[in-house]
Amino acid sequence: MLGRSANGIYWMARYLERAENTARLLDVGFRMALTRGPDAAREEWRSVLVTTGQDAAFGQRHDEYSGTHVVNWILRDRENPSSVMTMIENARINARAVRTSITREVWEATNESWMALREALSRPVRESSLGEVLAMIRGQTTQVRGAMDGTMLRNEVYNFARIGTFLERADNTARILDVKYYVLLPSLSWVGSSLDNVQWETVLRSVAGNRAFRWLHSGGMDPRGIAEFLILDGRFPRSLVFCYDKIRSNMAGLARQYGMETAAHELLRGAGARLHQASIDEIFDLGLHEFILSFIAGNIDVGERIAADYRFID
Amino acid sequence: MRTTPGKFDEMVTEDGTIRPAYAGFCKWFDEQDGAWLRKQTAEAEKFFRRTGITFNVYGDDAGEERLIPFDMVPRIITAREWRRLSRGIEQRVRALNAFLHDLYHRQEIVRAGRFPARLLQNNDAFLPQMVGFQPPGGVYTHIVGIDLVRTGPDEFMVLEDNARTPSGVSYMLENRETMMAMFPELFSRVAVAPVQDYPQRLARSLTACAPGGVGSGKDGRPVVAVLTPGIYNSAYFEHAFLADQMGAELVEGSDLRVIDGRIAMRTTCGYQPVDVIYRRVDGEFLDPLTFNPESVLGVAGIMDIYRAGRITIANAPGTGIADDKAIYSFMPEIVEFYTGEKPILQNVPTWRCGEPDALKYVLENIAELVVKEVHGSGGYGMLIGPTSTRKEQADFARKLAAKPENYIAQPTLALSTVPIFTKAGLAPRHVDLRPFVLVSPKGVDITPGGLTRVALRKGSLVVNSSQGGGTKDSWVLED
Repeated sequence: MLGRSANGIYWMARYLERAENTARLLDVGFRMALTRGPDAAREEWRSVLVTTGQDAAFGQRHDEYSGTHVVNWILRDRENPSSVMTMIENARINARAVRTSITREVWEATNESWMALREALSRPVRESSLGEVLAMIRGQTTQVRGAMDGTMLRNEVYNFARIGTFLERADNTARILDVKYYVLLPSLSWVGSSLDNVQWETVLRSVAGNRAFRWLHSGGMDPRGIAEFLILDGRFPRSLVFCYDKIRSNMAGLARQYGMETAAHELLRGAGARLHQASIDEIFDLGLHEFILSFIAGNIDVGERIAADYRFID
Repeated sequence: MRTTPGKFDEMVTEDGTIRPAYAGFCKWFDEQDGAWLRKQTAEAEKFFRRTGITFNVYGDDAGEERLIPFDMVPRIITAREWRRLSRGIEQRVRALNAFLHDLYHRQEIVRAGRFPARLLQNNDAFLPQMVGFQPPGGVYTHIVGIDLVRTGPDEFMVLEDNARTPSGVSYMLENRETMMAMFPELFSRVAVAPVQDYPQRLARSLTACAPGGVGSGKDGRPVVAVLTPGIYNSAYFEHAFLADQMGAELVEGSDLRVIDGRIAMRTTCGYQPVDVIYRRVDGEFLDPLTFNPESVLGVAGIMDIYRAGRITIANAPGTGIADDKAIYSFMPEIVEFYTGEKPILQNVPTWRCGEPDALKYVLENIAELVVKEVHGSGGYGMLIGPTSTRKEQADFARKLAAKPENYIAQPTLALSTVPIFTKAGLAPRHVDLRPFVLVSPKGVDITPGGLTRVALRKGSLVVNSSQGGGTKDSWVLED
């Protein structure tokens, strides 16, 4: 396939994943605002902006972290080059550019997402309709993923889409941990206080892992367990280990089809080994924050290596 | 339905009887419930939006994509009518290729005094780079669209030739697809010649034009790629659609470069050679080294590879000269000169404003004529006398007088009508027809039917999609 097409399908998947994860983060802020009062909510809105890397740009245009401002900035502001609407638009532009590589179903699902969201985000989003809009974003992106899963050949095209999805997802989970790591550090938390429980719950919710975690831990909750769950639990589809296993299996698929491995495979083997061999105790001994920072940097390297090895651009 | 007096309606005669071609359709149509038909048509629009069958209009805000309206009443041609039409089209397309070959070689037609050399001088569409060069397979225009209009029972005329890069074939295919999805039982009642194998025919035809026999594909088959200017081009949907249906790569200029004396595309496994390029990029943008140095749509050095006979470019650069409307006016002579036969299809009578007598006539009668730029297309840069204001006519007359050789004029034709389905029932509207023709060393292949464009506004003669025209499914009946 063309290098440009590989680039297109890879970014299409990344943008869709990022849009979905951003909607999830907004959901958490929304929930805080409803249940915890203005101060906690403000703090949560700010952290959503930091996690998505939009804090500085937002600060240039707004003085305070009010819910309506943050939500509309992230979802639909034309001044914001990383808004959810722009991501969906970018996903569609990429899908259009690789139409010959994707199935009709995948194209139509992507196109429909764009049409539905363009309609839903054509006016400012009020608090009363926010829940509905966020559910729609999750629903639409899920539909595209379903169409990919159900209709695409398991070939290089699919591999590049999946690699994009999981590199993005790993990045998003790591960024949530990066912004919230202090919540999980024992030195700064009063063990067992209700504030902690709320904060921990928030971290889990941001990755749609609250129910799964409680189910696995019989309702108990502790910071170390949460960090372990998000980083090392290979059963949880948004954990770093899960994402890297998926990236590796799709990279293995490419190696099989092309009859050769590339430098990216080597890089990925190293990163995968570091993840698998780490225990949560070692991670905390080394420093959770340092671990996360180095993971994010490594993840970026892997992405760039893949783009270069498979000639995404000239 | 009331027909328009003095206009030939293809469905209904002036005394209200249904013509034989439409008998099957009309019988079915009368049995249907109007509300249901309207609901189905609305569904069709949703279907087009969802599948992204849209086109971009130049100059619109932010490259907004628009739908070309679809009308559910098919345009129907009988097998007998089609046999005659396709003979005429084949004759014309053979003549066009022979003419292009001659223009770029000995120019026998000029030497014989049957065609004026002045039409080639200072004509940007004539490419000196093509002089003396023989394209692979000897074919110049591989894909041709011949625009036809009808004025009476057996009177089809050629309005213009599209030898450069005709578009619209994806609408021909999707319109049929849509009709079959909406009204499947209609096709069991009326036998219609299929068009759905056009992409396979196109692939076969392009493959047969590959240079030097052996292809670069895994199985020794020639590798075909569709070259598009990219997703913001008005016909991008069609480029993607055709590449997809042919199983060819859809490439942009930035995907291609010259490697080891071949044109190669950048794949995830490195550069791989291409044998045939179906280019949907204008010739002047093909090679920044040879033509427009600003172009980022083409491939630097492709003309050298082309001249070395190591790639086929379809259509060949320099074919645009045959789209020139002043040259069009010589088509009857051109057909006769190269085929030795009388032309089967007539031209629309044309005044070449570059000739003093013609200019005088056109200026005196501008209110009754259609005046066109010789290099214009898409319905732009033209004046339709009868529907224009006096001021528009005066403005146009000034432009015309300043640069007469840049214009031709034609009588305003009584174009045939075919009904469209409106809220108030059937209503006649003007139509044209663009059949699509494939040319390879193996022969000329015409898909039965083509694209029917229809002016949706009452009385309008402009069928161009960029100016509010719609399309219809076009049927050629089987015997």
